[in-house]
Amino acid sequence: MMEFMEGSHAVAHAVKFCRPEVIAAYPITPQTHIVEALAEMVANCHLDAEYITVESEFSALSACLGASAAGSRVYSATTSQGLALMFEVCFNCAGMRMPVVMSIVNRAMGAPLSIWNDQQDSISLRDSGWLQFYAEDNQEATDLHYLAYKVAEDKNVLLPAFVCFDGFILSHTYEPVDTLTQEQADSYLPRYAPVHRLDSDNPISFGLFASPDYYMEFRYQIDQAMKDAAKHIAKAGKEFGEMFGRDYSDMVEAYRMEDADFAIVAMGSICGTVKDAIDEMRKDGKKVGLLKLRTFRPFPEKEVRSALSGVSRVAVLDKNISLGAKGAVALEVKDALYGSGIPVLDYIIALGGRDVRKKDIRAVVEMAGKGKGDLFYGLRQELLQ
Amino acid sequence: MSGEPCGLFEYGHRACGGCAAALAARTILDAAGKDTIVVSATGCMEVFSTPYPETAWKVPWIHSLFENNSAVASGIVASLKKQGRKEKVIALGGDGATFDIGILCLSGAFERGHDFVYICYDNEAYMNTGIQRSGATPYDANTTTSPAGKCSTGNRRPKKDLPMILAAHGAPYVATASIAYLPDLKKKVEKALQTEGPCYLQVHAPCCTGWGFEGEKTMAIGKLAIETGLWVNYEMENGKVTRVKKVVRKPVEAYLKEQRRFRHLFKPSRNEAEIAKIQAVADRNAERFGIDIKLKK
Repeated sequence: MMEFMEGSHAVAHAVKFCRPEVIAAYPITPQTHIVEALAEMVANCHLDAEYITVESEFSALSACLGASAAGSRVYSATTSQGLALMFEVCFNCAGMRMPVVMSIVNRAMGAPLSIWNDQQDSISLRDSGWLQFYAEDNQEATDLHYLAYKVAEDKNVLLPAFVCFDGFILSHTYEPVDTLTQEQADSYLPRYAPVHRLDSDNPISFGLFASPDYYMEFRYQIDQAMKDAAKHIAKAGKEFGEMFGRDYSDMVEAYRMEDADFAIVAMGSICGTVKDAIDEMRKDGKKVGLLKLRTFRPFPEKEVRSALSGVSRVAVLDKNISLGAKGAVALEVKDALYGSGIPVLDYIIALGGRDVRKKDIRAVVEMAGKGKGDLFYGLRQELLQ
Repeated sequence: MSGEPCGLFEYGHRACGGCAAALAARTILDAAGKDTIVVSATGCMEVFSTPYPETAWKVPWIHSLFENNSAVASGIVASLKKQGRKEKVIALGGDGATFDIGILCLSGAFERGHDFVYICYDNEAYMNTGIQRSGATPYDANTTTSPAGKCSTGNRRPKKDLPMILAAHGAPYVATASIAYLPDLKKKVEKALQTEGPCYLQVHAPCCTGWGFEGEKTMAIGKLAIETGLWVNYEMENGKVTRVKKVVRKPVEAYLKEQRRFRHLFKPSRNEAEIAKIQAVADRNAERFGIDIKLKK
């Protein structure tokens, strides 16, 4: 059913239909509308979940870890500083193979303090062992939550997952969203059946310490599970498409790439602007296409290589910066294209909520055409004198 | 059967000979029984009891991080409630995890009123990392980060009064205990588990390695702490002290001189002023809790 909803509320409704049994969350802008909406559902008996009003994000994720270990489907949401406070627990959830699903309403990292959007927060957790999905619009933001639970809880995966969507740009924006019914959601996502849980009838120990004789094999297995997740994402994404008409079997989405000579690579809401800019550039005869990454972890290396194999130039839009190196997406794309000879130019863009318009995308394409890249796009030079 | 030794904390773990924390763990599980989920903080007990692929825990057990056992326990309690399961939840932590790094999670969990028991095995310093001071280290104790030296007599601050902080959260049952009095510890664990809401138990756990005494003296050292008034065993129900262990008090010196961590107060010369300050701590405890048994003449 199509409904006109704020992004946060659309996500909250999808989360409700995923039937989380324990929710633990802490308020932080711009995530707050989601957890407020869920609290209201619980208060009115529209959602049968234990809702823990923790004293910090650190405890939010710790409580989720505990509840997940005890055998419940769990949910939390956070952003930016809150995610940074969870850093230690993030690694722990992945290491202990807890399929926690968490919405990341992407926001810049301080200092300086900024409540506005970029993707530095979740990107900074790229090595933590969480699956990372990025949504272009609110439809994807809602759908990816079903997909995330399905993949995370798959007994061949058992890894936690971030569903990332851009703060304010999506979270606070009203868009039409095709919502599932509870029955549809249930038919796609059955009740959580944990493989292992804390249970006095079958006592096991979770979270032992591993000596150098054992540690590396644990890390290897997490990495393998992450890489194997790609095929489970494909399967779960295909099934979603068959049931509801929106196919997520590909970890990337190609837009006007068939005959493209020039490719833009991006993640998240900026892709909408890029698509519009491409439509305009196409009218001018420029063969530009977009490769959107919907999954950043596992990184769709093969898909990226295959999709970009026919282009002569790539511009990556990075809403993050690995300070002292490059944008994280560009680093991955360069790695995927290594040996192909295709030049990859990186543009650090839209940090801390700086607006990006179609003219900016055209400007990037022009700069890339001249070989000018690997820079912060749109700096106010007068502030740097 | 509750109250009988049932071996839920397996021997063969890697604690030091004479480890009070191991004794506490065994006694706690004897009291709690098999339908208990234990959440351990990082620390000595976690490390010596669970070197992969071995575990000493014959109840469901989880360790996540140093400072989050209360929050993990909160999640477990919520999950059990949602599932309609009846297992009890005990969070275990050393004094570093409890007094210092984990106090945020602990305070949050108590304020929210989750039905669980937090048990701190208090060995009065960070023992797992090699005897560094914590908020539970007593005045003048020599640790590797509060060393006694030419310009220092050891730890400069008194022990944090954590039981009172948790009682102030509205905890229905807060108690202190000692491994020197195991039947008492067992009773307190049972009482805490039977009490609805968040309960706190702080167990004095002398550490032979960290405090500097022979392993066979653990019980004796624990007793001396009580007999000198430097540790008081008491119970608080709904914020009021309801029961106190009374003693015929000995001078604090009897306790101090048995331990290497206080040796600097006696060698190379007696530091009367500092010993008097520690005696004053015991005297204040005695007055506050009314522990003195007056001998009839």
